[in-house]
Amino acid sequence: MAERIPLVDYLVLGGEPQLVAQECEQCSARFFDRRNACASCGAAAFRAVTVPREGTVHTFSIVSMAPPGVPVPFVAAVVDCGGTRVRGCLVNVEPRPENVTLGMKVRLTTVPVGADSAGVEAVGYGFEPV
Amino acid sequence: MAQDVWILGISMTRFGKHRDKDNIDLAAEAAAAALADAGVTMRDVGVLATGSLTGGSSSFGQLLQKQIGQTGIPVFNVANACATGATALRVAIMAIRAGETDIGMAVGVEKLAGAGLLGAPGQAPAGDGTWSRRGRFGAVAPLEGRVGTDSMPGVFAQIGLEYGHRYGGASFELFARIAEKNHAHSTLNPLAAYSRRFTLDEIMNDVMIAYPNTRPMCSANCDGAAAAVVVSGSRLRRMSPEQRRRAVKVSASVLTSDPWQDGCQVLPDVNTLTRSAATQAYEQAGIGPQELDLVELHDCFATAELVHYDNLMLCAPGEAVGFFESGATWRDGKTPVNVSGGLESKGHPIAATGIANIWEICHHLRGEAGDRQIAGARVGLAHVIGLGSACGVHVLEKAAA
Repeated sequence: MAERIPLVDYLVLGGEPQLVAQECEQCSARFFDRRNACASCGAAAFRAVTVPREGTVHTFSIVSMAPPGVPVPFVAAVVDCGGTRVRGCLVNVEPRPENVTLGMKVRLTTVPVGADSAGVEAVGYGFEPV
Repeated sequence: MAQDVWILGISMTRFGKHRDKDNIDLAAEAAAAALADAGVTMRDVGVLATGSLTGGSSSFGQLLQKQIGQTGIPVFNVANACATGATALRVAIMAIRAGETDIGMAVGVEKLAGAGLLGAPGQAPAGDGTWSRRGRFGAVAPLEGRVGTDSMPGVFAQIGLEYGHRYGGASFELFARIAEKNHAHSTLNPLAAYSRRFTLDEIMNDVMIAYPNTRPMCSANCDGAAAAVVVSGSRLRRMSPEQRRRAVKVSASVLTSDPWQDGCQVLPDVNTLTRSAATQAYEQAGIGPQELDLVELHDCFATAELVHYDNLMLCAPGEAVGFFESGATWRDGKTPVNVSGGLESKGHPIAATGIANIWEICHHLRGEAGDRQIAGARVGLAHVIGLGSACGVHVLEKAAA
């Protein structure tokens, strides 16, 4: 089987995909990008925490205009995963307003990105309706 | 006690396409007109603050001086996304309040006609053809369309729908009606980039950019400049009766950035810093939102205008939808909002916007707004947001005399 790598550092592949946030050890603020210190309290120590795989759609937009090379339309969204807000696209749903409702239940899934010249497959994530 | 500060002169160029003029030409045109409006010359100006995100120089203000007068004064070149113009003005005001000078000028300019979609980078080529991690998310490929969106229409669409999710009632049609209002207002503004009235059907059936924002619900990229001359109260008192009569008091000048909010790094939070800026501004001015005769707020998208009714406390918390539906924000309503046509029709030459909205307010307070004059206007508020974020709020009052 070809080697698979995640699209971003905070996606962990395996049997079930997981999103792993960096949580401030002092104030519990959560981040998905590389941090120098906590934006909330300034502390510099973080622990890795797994974000729940299921959540609800907090807000969305159906993006119909994008730079060259980005397939449209796509559903951009913010998903509330047990109190942690996550940015991601809604997938496995026709991108039409009547198919997406605020508060709808969704779960994390993987999305293929493509393979590089060495045959390594990059894998992204999205949220699909439950 | 810090000096009180007044707008002595202010101007904006026509917004739209200026094919035969570059950023320097437009900035020089606005600056010269603001000086003439103020009745002073560059020799009187003690500080210059300028902004231009498309100006192509980190010393843009000095390039401008070479066209309007090199007098050796300090120049501040500022950038703060869409709040750049308000930031330049804030710098000039701070210099006067600090007692460093009596007269300052702020200039913002942009060449953006035909710029297209802002905010989202395209898909970069893969380099040597193997995945490598880049940036603070360690991404192996561009994230636009793979992990949501950074495009401005999509970000502000989510900001509007988030408000609807929290409080209910914010439909596609409601947002389209906000754009209908601003386009209707623009028909009275000869300096607007677009001044055509749209029907609700036309707006809803136009090209969809990012649901629920169609093209006429998005700010118009265009060329334009604006400039303001500010003066200390003590200097103004020694000026001519005509200058004193037309001067507009800066009753509040506030700039804020994002305080930490849960989720604000996933989707920008334009609410908290705006509410904070408004709270500070009302306190500085000793004026409440009910006393405002007109408001120019940052309607970069129709979905943004709705949330700022609430953030600027023009309505009770959670009541923005009902507030709009009451007709309050039309030019004949209780609190007219964006009688210039707003960014959706007047246009949004980024660094000029935060001064042009103040020009609009001053125009009404001076009773010089012609066909679109809000009768008897005495107090106005101008608001801008630069995503990332920076928020500028200015409260302006007609001279008492």
